[in-house]
Amino acid sequence: MSEPTVRIQKIRRDTVKTRLIIFGTLAFLLLIGSIFSEHLTPYDPYLQDLSNAKAAPSAAHPFGTDRYGRDMLSRVIVGSRASIYSTLLLVAIITMIGTGVGVFCGWHGKWIDTVLMRISDMFLAFPGLVFALAVAGVLGGGLQNAIIALAAISWPKYARIARSQTLSQKETPYLKAARLSGSGTWKIIFKHILPNIMGPILVTSMLDIGTMMMELAGLSFLGLGAKPPIAEWGSMMSDTRSLITTVPWVTFAPGLAIFVSVMIFNLLGDTIRDYADPKSRSSS
Amino acid sequence: MEQPILKVDNLTKIFTRKGQPDFAAVDHISFDLMPGECLGLIGESGSGKSTTVNMITRLLDPTEGKIVLDGDDITGISGRELRKVYAKMQMVFQTPTDSFDPRCTLGDGIGESLRNNGRSRAETKAEVARLLEQCGLTAEFASRYPHQVSGGQCQRAAIARALAVGPKLLICDEATSALDVTIQKEIIALLNELRRNHGSELSILFICHDIALVQQFCDRVLVMYKGRIVEKGKPDDVIRNPRNDYTKRLIESIL
Repeated sequence: MSEPTVRIQKIRRDTVKTRLIIFGTLAFLLLIGSIFSEHLTPYDPYLQDLSNAKAAPSAAHPFGTDRYGRDMLSRVIVGSRASIYSTLLLVAIITMIGTGVGVFCGWHGKWIDTVLMRISDMFLAFPGLVFALAVAGVLGGGLQNAIIALAAISWPKYARIARSQTLSQKETPYLKAARLSGSGTWKIIFKHILPNIMGPILVTSMLDIGTMMMELAGLSFLGLGAKPPIAEWGSMMSDTRSLITTVPWVTFAPGLAIFVSVMIFNLLGDTIRDYADPKSRSSS
Repeated sequence: MEQPILKVDNLTKIFTRKGQPDFAAVDHISFDLMPGECLGLIGESGSGKSTTVNMITRLLDPTEGKIVLDGDDITGISGRELRKVYAKMQMVFQTPTDSFDPRCTLGDGIGESLRNNGRSRAETKAEVARLLEQCGLTAEFASRYPHQVSGGQCQRAAIARALAVGPKLLICDEATSALDVTIQKEIIALLNELRRNHGSELSILFICHDIALVQQFCDRVLVMYKGRIVEKGKPDDVIRNPRNDYTKRLIESIL
């Protein structure tokens, strides 16, 4: 009787592993590609060639050229660095700050929990992008300040998740057993709580990569993020918005790049969640 | 006069909630546990057994009263001192699988207290193997995850974990309640064997709601009802000659 279930489990397991390898490799290639993006471009992404402006996609320019005659493919490739790395940095910052605050609140409890959670409620009650605009407005433009602005409004979500997860972990018998084993607070947090709550947090941050990419692009569009002529997918899309009816490729090329990278990171997030679930670990 | 290993004096826990009257989960209970003795604590759900145990193990702060373990007052201590106390007192939980971290192997769980007491990785590994064998498992169980073993095997591992630091007091909080009858019997046999081997070195506080089990296993029994100890004595005396109404009902219910 038990054999069929074992086999189904194994097959499921194998597909999860395959998916992990595929999406992990794709994400890795994306990251490596964006590190060496300057060496991968067929043309200089900042070289203007007005005689060849708004050229349609062709063998020489697969994604066409923009209104200054710059090669879109080169710009998309170079833009990956600003887009991907600033997004990853942003997500890493909010994940760490949010998780730290959340675990601290959940573990410590008492008045400090109430104070910090009311502060996070305040942030959640604000319309996010408007608040980010205000922060970026005060700090001035630039990608760095856009990251700070978005980090300031995005951490409470993670703090909420981490806090509720920590609270439920706190009541489990194994945490009591760990305390009875004489483990100190830090050991309990790093060895027992964090590994057990990382799953949902990791998935949230993976799924947030797409959102954050778009929000950074939004701030860039409003002149508070990446400044021209720096190639950044979001600002490239926003800059060429007016040309969408006449030369659609200048908008679609960075859009496609965002779509593909968001998709890869989302699927990777999903797969990591499946893989991290200890119940899917094979029993052999 | 021999000194009790555990002395509980006027222990009280009052839960206060807004808009509700205060609730005394444990109401001024006092008892002693002598070295080598096995004391049963029985009562229905909500009678305060688990609250009592959580206070004794200092996972919950008492509202009032004193807990003396092996001559030391442990009521108010915390941090490093409290962690030292856990070398003398260990607990086996009701739900074996949940009492191990799902992301750590059984070996990690059993060895955690040894590592915390400064043993090396190699020493811990050898000791874990010895403990597992003492509890009727094999050394290879150390590399298994909690969900990969049965409830009975997991409870054996939990007993191995509790014994790792060589405690003087072992608290079994409904340690057999979640297991089926045959496995229950095996675990009781294991605990009996441990009592024989350790003699007066190991005292057991056995929390249970099964009076028949307490009768065959414990030297003395306390009956708790609504946060108070309503009856105490030798199990046979209590069963034959119950004086309290609740105890009478409890005994009638299984006859």
